[in-house]
Amino acid sequence: MLGPEAVGSFARRHRYHPLEALPWLVAVAAYFAFPTYVPLGAQILATILFALSADLVLGYAGIVTLGQAAFFGAGAYTAGLLATHGWGEPITGLLAGAAVAALIGLLSGLVILRTTGLTLLMLTLVVASMLYEAVNKASWLTGGDDGLQGMEVWPIFGRFRFDLFGNTAYLYCLIVLFLCWLAVRRLVHSPFGRSLVGIRENVRRMHAIGAPVGGRRLVVYTISAALAGISGALIAQTTQFVALSFLGLDRSGTVLIMLIIGGVGRLYGAFIGVPLYMIAQDRFSTIDPVYWFFWIGLLMVLLVVFARGGVLGLAERLQSRVRSRR
Amino acid sequence: MHLSDTASAIVSIGFHGLAFAMVLYLISVGLSVTMGMMGFVNLAHGVFAMLGGYVLTSLMKDQGMPFPWALVGATLAVAAASIPVERLLYRRFYGGDELDQVLLTIGLDFMSVAAATYIWGPLQQPLQPPAWLSGPIDLGLQHFPAYRSFLILCGAVLVTALWLSVERTRFGARVRAAVDNLRMAQSVGIDTSRLFMATFALGSGLAGLGGALGADLLAVNPGYALQNLVYFLIVVAVGGLGSIRGPFFAALLLGITDTASKYLAPEFGAFFIYALTLAVLLWRPNGLFGRA
Repeated sequence: MLGPEAVGSFARRHRYHPLEALPWLVAVAAYFAFPTYVPLGAQILATILFALSADLVLGYAGIVTLGQAAFFGAGAYTAGLLATHGWGEPITGLLAGAAVAALIGLLSGLVILRTTGLTLLMLTLVVASMLYEAVNKASWLTGGDDGLQGMEVWPIFGRFRFDLFGNTAYLYCLIVLFLCWLAVRRLVHSPFGRSLVGIRENVRRMHAIGAPVGGRRLVVYTISAALAGISGALIAQTTQFVALSFLGLDRSGTVLIMLIIGGVGRLYGAFIGVPLYMIAQDRFSTIDPVYWFFWIGLLMVLLVVFARGGVLGLAERLQSRVRSRR
Repeated sequence: MHLSDTASAIVSIGFHGLAFAMVLYLISVGLSVTMGMMGFVNLAHGVFAMLGGYVLTSLMKDQGMPFPWALVGATLAVAAASIPVERLLYRRFYGGDELDQVLLTIGLDFMSVAAATYIWGPLQQPLQPPAWLSGPIDLGLQHFPAYRSFLILCGAVLVTALWLSVERTRFGARVRAAVDNLRMAQSVGIDTSRLFMATFALGSGLAGLGGALGADLLAVNPGYALQNLVYFLIVVAVGGLGSIRGPFFAALLLGITDTASKYLAPEFGAFFIYALTLAVLLWRPNGLFGRA
């Protein structure tokens, strides 16, 4: 590609495609079509945001992390502690969750992002484990192993009460997710986002052309932490409970799985992988919670061996095959 | 002759720390070599250690096999079980994408939780050491638990044997060559595919033995592989990838720090270990004995 053609391709890249409206139409339709599943729907929407935050670090910046749950849990505990100590205003709770998670992301990122590869992977795990241990041992504040109970969340804007059927929670999660998605979409199509892809694809060349690699990685790590914090705060506020497992390795692992099922580095992987995973979990794990893990583990192995790129990767391959036939 | 309280606390922390270090080293050394030589992040390494613990307890309880034979049985069973895993699954991911390896092996961890629950049930499998290893023994300075003393002795013998075989035998020379420079090793005619298989089986067998010997330190239960993953990874990362010696010193550091912090400041839990790991890796990102 040369000159105007290349410019055109870049300009088209961030224009909205009609298909991008699909997840939102589905989300609104599901709200009316399955009233009994609305509480699960709210969880799915909040978890999509978590997976989106993981996609940003993993799919765009190429940082393999096993510690994303640290930020999710930090957001959840922040919102939870505020609500148990007399400040149940949801929007400021979300912002506080985002701020605390971002601060942890920034501070830990300053330290650990100097490393690469296995050491970095290790250190993300170590940071999450440190936070887990700290929260576990500070049980006078956090409830430790029993989780944080007794949250009182006020109505949104003082008007919309969180109802028993989860309707408010669903719409609240949907709106927050939509706003975050707009921001993330803008971010990845910006020159900043393009430079992240450059760093992922070829770090040396990015260094050579003078891109501030370290700074960019730190910024995206912090933004991703903030998003994960918002996601954790959403779950805490809508379920009125925070468990120690929010910070656990299981949670960091499953968010990667959900993302891989959908497809990494494509912005929409989260929207496909999370609902697939969570709906299947809801169906099967009630029958047998332990063996659920066997099947999900097997699925991961098969995905890695046979279907790299997840559902979206398969769709792309089908599409290119159809095109080449013509 | 008996020691003052402070001295006896120090001796006892050193003793229990050393026992824990031996278990950690036996389990983690194979992981270090897999990562350094094959370039494979094996987050499912703990599964082999867990399997060792399960095989040992079942052989003793169900077959009534004496403890030393059950140990040998557990080691061999795990080494044998690891070969098909390496040949069929791991081999194609050597030196490949890190994310693929992480996902594949976390998937195996998840499967191991369910499989262990299915076969052995959700409860912890207690280790019943034979009569000659139960109770305390007097080592002059003070009384020590006999089983832990046996653990340290076993560990010391194995570590010496392992180091000698890596330094002195032809197999060890091949391993060192492949870790140092894989392509060069291949071009001087070393059959690296077979070497990988043999090393992997040896590493897994040692992990199985470590898991079996350490069944009273790291409880054998279905969640074993994920619960202890961070310990094994710390030993490898702090020790330095591909090193045989590095993980030993890392395990010693970790074992003694862990024991001391549990003894002196239990309210902080495992916090100190993580802080120590962070500090070491910032000072030397490639580990204590890793090469830049």
